[in-house]
Formats: sequence, structure tokens, C-alpha cells
Amino acid sequence: MGKYILKRMLLMVPTLFGAAVLIFFLLRLVPGDVCEVRLAGAGLYADPEAIAICRENLGLNKPLMAQFFDFVWGYFIFDLGVSMWTGASVVHEIEIRFQLSLQVAIMATFVATVISIPLGIISAVNQNTWLDYCVRGFAIAGIAIPSFWLGLIIILGLLIITQAITGSPWMPPIDYKPIWEDPVYNLSQLIWPAVATGYRYSAVAVRMTRSAMLEVLREDYVRTARAKGMIEKVVINRHALKNALLPVVTILALEFAFLMGGLVVTEQVFNLNGLGKLFVDAVGNQDFNLTQNLVMLVVLIFVLTNLVTDVAYAWLDPRIRYS
Amino acid sequence: MSKYARFALALAVGAGLSLASTGPADAETPKRGGVLNFVVGSKIPSYDGHIEGTFGMIHPIRPFYSSLIRINPQNPQSSTDFHCDLCVGEVPKGEEGGTLFKFKIRDDVKFHDGTPLTAADIKATLDKIVFPPKGVPSARKAFFKAVESIEAPSPTDLVIKLKFATGSFIPALAMPFNFVYSKKDLDEHGYSWHRTNINGSGAFKFKEHVKGSHVSGVRYEDYHFKGQPYLDGFKAISAPKLAVRVQAIRGDRAAIEFRGFPPKQRDDLVKALGDDITVQESDWNCVLMATPNQERANFQDPRVRQALTLAIDRWGGSQHLSRIAIVKTVGGVVFPNHPLAATKAELVALNGYGTDLKASRAKAKELLAAAGKSGMEFEFNNRGVDQPYKVVGTWLIGQWRQVGLKVKQRVQPSPPFYATLRKKKDFDVSIDFNCQSIINPIADISKFLGSAGNNYGNYLDQELEDLYNTLLQTGDEKKQREIIRVFEKRALSDQAHAAITLWWYKINPHRSYVKGWKIAPSHYLNQHLDQVWIDK
Repeated sequence: MGKYILKRMLLMVPTLFGAAVLIFFLLRLVPGDVCEVRLAGAGLYADPEAIAICRENLGLNKPLMAQFFDFVWGYFIFDLGVSMWTGASVVHEIEIRFQLSLQVAIMATFVATVISIPLGIISAVNQNTWLDYCVRGFAIAGIAIPSFWLGLIIILGLLIITQAITGSPWMPPIDYKPIWEDPVYNLSQLIWPAVATGYRYSAVAVRMTRSAMLEVLREDYVRTARAKGMIEKVVINRHALKNALLPVVTILALEFAFLMGGLVVTEQVFNLNGLGKLFVDAVGNQDFNLTQNLVMLVVLIFVLTNLVTDVAYAWLDPRIRYS
Repeated sequence: MSKYARFALALAVGAGLSLASTGPADAETPKRGGVLNFVVGSKIPSYDGHIEGTFGMIHPIRPFYSSLIRINPQNPQSSTDFHCDLCVGEVPKGEEGGTLFKFKIRDDVKFHDGTPLTAADIKATLDKIVFPPKGVPSARKAFFKAVESIEAPSPTDLVIKLKFATGSFIPALAMPFNFVYSKKDLDEHGYSWHRTNINGSGAFKFKEHVKGSHVSGVRYEDYHFKGQPYLDGFKAISAPKLAVRVQAIRGDRAAIEFRGFPPKQRDDLVKALGDDITVQESDWNCVLMATPNQERANFQDPRVRQALTLAIDRWGGSQHLSRIAIVKTVGGVVFPNHPLAATKAELVALNGYGTDLKASRAKAKELLAAAGKSGMEFEFNNRGVDQPYKVVGTWLIGQWRQVGLKVKQRVQPSPPFYATLRKKKDFDVSIDFNCQSIINPIADISKFLGSAGNNYGNYLDQELEDLYNTLLQTGDEKKQREIIRVFEKRALSDQAHAAITLWWYKINPHRSYVKGWKIAPSHYLNQHLDQVWIDK
């Protein structure tokens, strides 16, 4: 197993390098730069000399290959540079948002897991009954409804309902406080995006759990377990579910990775100062340094999540061996 | 009562309260205490006002700083009413034919770190803005071309000498970006220190900035206007999405947004909150225009450019477009309410401003035919921002179709849009803009000069340049007005270098408990917050 993990980690190097080359050159294909957006973007008079000084200071006048070398070399000396927009270090920019994104990802994955696995089982066990149709309808609605739309509806609903009940409208907080500082404030802000995205992702996982369960429930060993007189609850939970979970774990793990950097629209809707919003800002500002490093972070998260998922397979299914 | 009647009543209440804010509200005694939460739709690049140009910096950072002079916070609608902030008494009139300005500086001002503020600090600040050393950016130094020298003969005396008298100097000095820095900070830490650090003498002291989330400040007890500020502090919450900002006010997570909302969002808030919301509205010192690229053969003929402006129904647009977009007022090159602006009678004499739309469009068709460009096809470059760019752009295309022009719209995100305008210049006609803070017509109309850094028409019109140079050296307002009319006629009508659309219209719905803040004709102005209080 150790050798396998080492091999997989070495394989990450060319993957990361390929991603670095792609993102670096793709970003520079888009015309415009951060100095123009920053100094001329508001529509005010923009001093050409100030723009030239800005470009010089940010190294945008350097040859492309020199800029690429600086970018890659930064990883070897653990210096990711500074945000071209704020001047703060990239590490700092990511650090202050990572905590929020991680919390939302964990909460949304929790919501998705809590919803999807029981519903998937119920749906499979009661195949082609009204219960199954209800769960499938719920899942299809989850896939069809974009989470940002659901987010908007949640906020609007809260405003209208609270106004109707208390007389003054209430909406979730729009600025972040860490959970150890003010747990109520924190949860009253993050529970809603977690529900909006968790529902969306649970829908995919419900369908996956259902189909995997249906397949497993027809296996010989399940029939044998039932024939031995084992109670149904044990058959489902101990024999069927554990074997049906493999594809569900893959889906949930990939969704977790996606949530870490991909909550672009939902973060905007709930005004969350997370990595997704940072991504949008960085791209919109042509902040090359920040965008490159964010992409590399997301690539790293995906590669690591894949590795962890593969290792988890062996735990879930002892027949799988990595040699 | 029907929901429409309730809505109308609420709108009337809101409007009434808005009007009331300029009248009886003045008589109210401000209450001390409370924290003002407001939302900001843009981001902070750095804290340095001398470099940045975004309201994303001004709204959260301006309350930490003072400036030498500023617009009168009680009368921000006036474009000529300037008050001393760090100086004593009235803003000085120029001596020696308007070329010498002597300011008496207050002796009771301290920076937040305790250092006393003197004329030397203001001199050091203005030197940084007007005469920056090589390699030090200063975004608005072009506004101070007339300045010859800045001296501080004593801690309370500041003397500014101009090379020539100009009406644009005092408004430029009152720009809200001219934060006064401590000379000690500049000497000890260098010119880039203020990008990431704050030490001002404004009404509030910096508390914290969580990047991407919020900036907060607390009352500065030693503020030089005794008894002010009234607020205990403020929190400027970053909220880039319009929907979030509107909902934040509705859900009372924020009390106000200082930039401005479109009409629909104003109506929604009034409908939902009734008399808990107050609406203030104003003309806005910002205008969109269509600029033809005169490097392109199709637009080198003035008749074609005239046809573009003749096709536009400005008076109709003012009525109808203003219902869905933040534009409203018909105007020329100068901000509509300014004494130097054209009257309606003067405007209607210009191509494209006539009230007989049929005649204007018939003339446009004739001009196109005479130039051999009937049914011409071209591409219109626009910026991917809803309000008001995309709305106005789509409206413009509809207007041009009325004279047989076939126009395709290319909408681009901001970075490539600017690259198109400034570097690549690969456009036929583009949306263009002139947005300023202080109303400073003499400086603002330089936008129409082909030689200006922010002109994207790719032309050189020597006659306009000469007119402008004459204007710059004219102190008499009547004479200035005459020159500007000639300038305007040439720029917008005879040569039609640009087709101005409609001036923006600023709408600020806010919680009714916010008092003391008066809307200005720019979202950059009146943001020092020392006169704002909360009545809860």
C-alpha cells in the first residue's frame, strides 16, 4: 500500500506541471490586465504613466517565459507571490477564505450524505412503490434545480416568512464569524448554503445509492443471508449497503473536492467570502498570480481526493488490493 | 386597500421622506451612538487614495481620512459649494489674478497615531499627488497641471502658486481621493506604505479589514470637528452581487448602499418596507456615450458620425429607459445642473438633441445616403456590466436600426473590454464613459480631446485642442460658458466625435433610521460619514 501511495504521489508531479502550463498560458490569452481594470475600471480619468508604473511593479512587462519561470520557481521556494489586486500574499488571501470554504464543504457533504444514503436505500428497498416514486421525484428535482436558484429562493422565503410572522424581515448574516467565535452567528449564516448545495449533491448520490443498492440486493450472498433467516435490517445495513457504497463514496468525495473550489455562484448568492468568490474576483480582475495559484490549489485538492478515495476502496472492499 | 394602492402609498411615503431630508430633517438633533452597517459592491485594491479610482476603496476608507477642502456635506448637490476640512474659515479665493491660494491650516488636528497635523503634512501629501517622484504612481496628477509650487512657510500656512488661473483648481483640490497623509509616515515608510496601512485624521479610526469581507472603523475621539462623528463606528461589508445588497437592506443586515440601485430595486424595497425605507435621488456625474473609432474608414466621415447621434431619441429615452436603467437626464458635455451646462434651448440646437425625432432620423438617413453608407453594418463594443452598460447598449442598437443601420453587439468582460478600447483598438463603435467625482467641467470635458489619455476615438481635432487651451486660461465664468458651448457644438454636433446618451441617475434607498447623509451627484462624494447618525 505504501509503495502504491508513493507511486501515486509521484504521478501527481506531471499532472500539476501540466495544469500549471495550461493555466499560465490560457490566462494570458485573454486581453487586458489588472492595471487597466484597477486604474481605468471605474471610468475615471486614468493616468497612462500610473498604468505603466503599475505594470512595471507587477512584472507584467517581463518576457512571458520569465514570468512562467517565476511562477513555477515560487513552488520550489514556497513563495506563491502576492495578489496583483490587493498586494497581500497569495497564501494570506487563500488562508482567510479556506476555513469558510472547508466548513461549507463539510456541512454540505454532511447534508448530502444524511439525505442521500437513507433515501437511496428506502427507494431501492421499496422499488416501484409510491415511496420510490417520491424519492425519485425529490432526486430529479434536486438535479434540475440549480443550487444558486434554490439559494435565492431560500433567502427570499426567509425574508417573506419572517416579515409575515415577526413584522420585520430577517435574512442570514452576510459577513463571516468563525464557529468558535460565535457559533450561532456562524451557523445561521452557513446552514443555508450548506442546505442549498447539499440538496443538489444529495440528489445525484440518492440515484447512485439506489441503483447500487438495487444491484447488490440481487446478489447471491444477499439471498443467502435472507435464506439464513437474518433480519432484514442486518441484511440491508451490513451486507448490502457496505458493498453498494463504493460508487457513492466516489461521488461524494469528488463533490467535496468540487465544493472546495467550485461554489462560485452559491457563494455570491449568500455573500460568502470563500474560495469560489475569490476565484471570481481574481478572474474578473485579471489577477494572474492569484488565479494561477487558486487553480493549482483546486487541482491539488482533486488529485489528493482521488488518492484518498482509491485508498478508501480497499477499506470498504477487502477484495481490492493495491500491488 | 389593494396591493397597488399600498405600493403607491409606500412610494409616496418614501419620496416624501426623501424630500423631507433636505428640509425639516435638518432641524433634528443628531443622536450619538450606533454602528452603521453598509454594503459595498466593489472591492478594495489598496488603501491609497492617490492611486486608486474605485468607490470600492472610497466608501470604506474615506472615513479614516481628512482632506484640505471638501464639498459641503450639508449641500452636496452644489457643484461650487466647497468647505474647509483641514483649513480655517472659507476656502480662499485666488489672489494675484487667481494664481495664488493661501490656506490657513487648523492647529487642532491630530493623526490617529497622535502626531499633530501641520501644513507640512499637507504639502508632503500634495507633493506626492502633484509632483510624484519617478516611479511613484499618482492617478490624478493631470488635474493639477496648473500648479507651479506648494509651500508651507509655517505649520499653519500653506501657499499654492499656479502657473495660470484656472477654474478647475479648487474642484480638483476637493476631490475625495486627496487623503492627507502624515509627512512622518511618508518620510519614514516611503510612498507605498499607505497602500497597506492607514493613519489618517478622519472621523473614524481603522479597526480591521478582513479581505473580501469587511472593513470596520471606530469613532475617533479627537476628531477636529468637535462633537462629531455621531456614530460609534461603521462596518463596510463587501457584497458584489446587487441582489445581496438589496436583500441586505431589506433584511436589515445593512442600512444603506452608497453607490445606487436601479429603479426596480428601489420599488421593490419601498414595496416591502414602506416607511422604514427612505429614498434619495439625484443626477449623477457619469455619462455613457457611443464613440466611433475614427481609425476605421466607415467613421472618418463626419456625416456618418452625425447620423449616429441623430438617430438617438434622447428625450424619449429619458422618459422610458429611466424606468429600467440608472440613466435619466439629457445633457451635453457638462454635468446637467452645473452653471456651465447647456440649457435645453442650447441642447436642442445640437444634432441629435432636437425634439422632432422624425426630422432628426430623416436627416440621419440623408447623411448616410450622401456618405454612401446607407444600411451600413458595424459592430458595437460593449462592457459586460448590466447597469447601465448592457441596457443602454441594447437601446442604442434599437435606435440605430431606425435609420437602417445594422448593428451587432459584442459584449466583453471588463479586462478585454478595456484592452479593446485602449490597446487593441479593434472596434467600430464602442460604449464609452465619463465618470468623475467632483463636478469639475473644465477638467471633465478634456475627455473629448483626441489627445486625452482617456479618449478612445482615435482622432486629433486641433480646433478642439485650441479651444480647450483657451478655456483653461480663462478665469471669467461667462467667457468659459461661451467657449464650452462652441466646444460642445464641435465635439458633439459638427464633428460628432461622440454621441452622448443620457446622464446617469443615482437612486439611494436606505433604512429610514439613517440620518444626516445627503445624496451627492457622485458616489464618490460625501463619504466621510462624520455627519451621519442613527435614529433607532
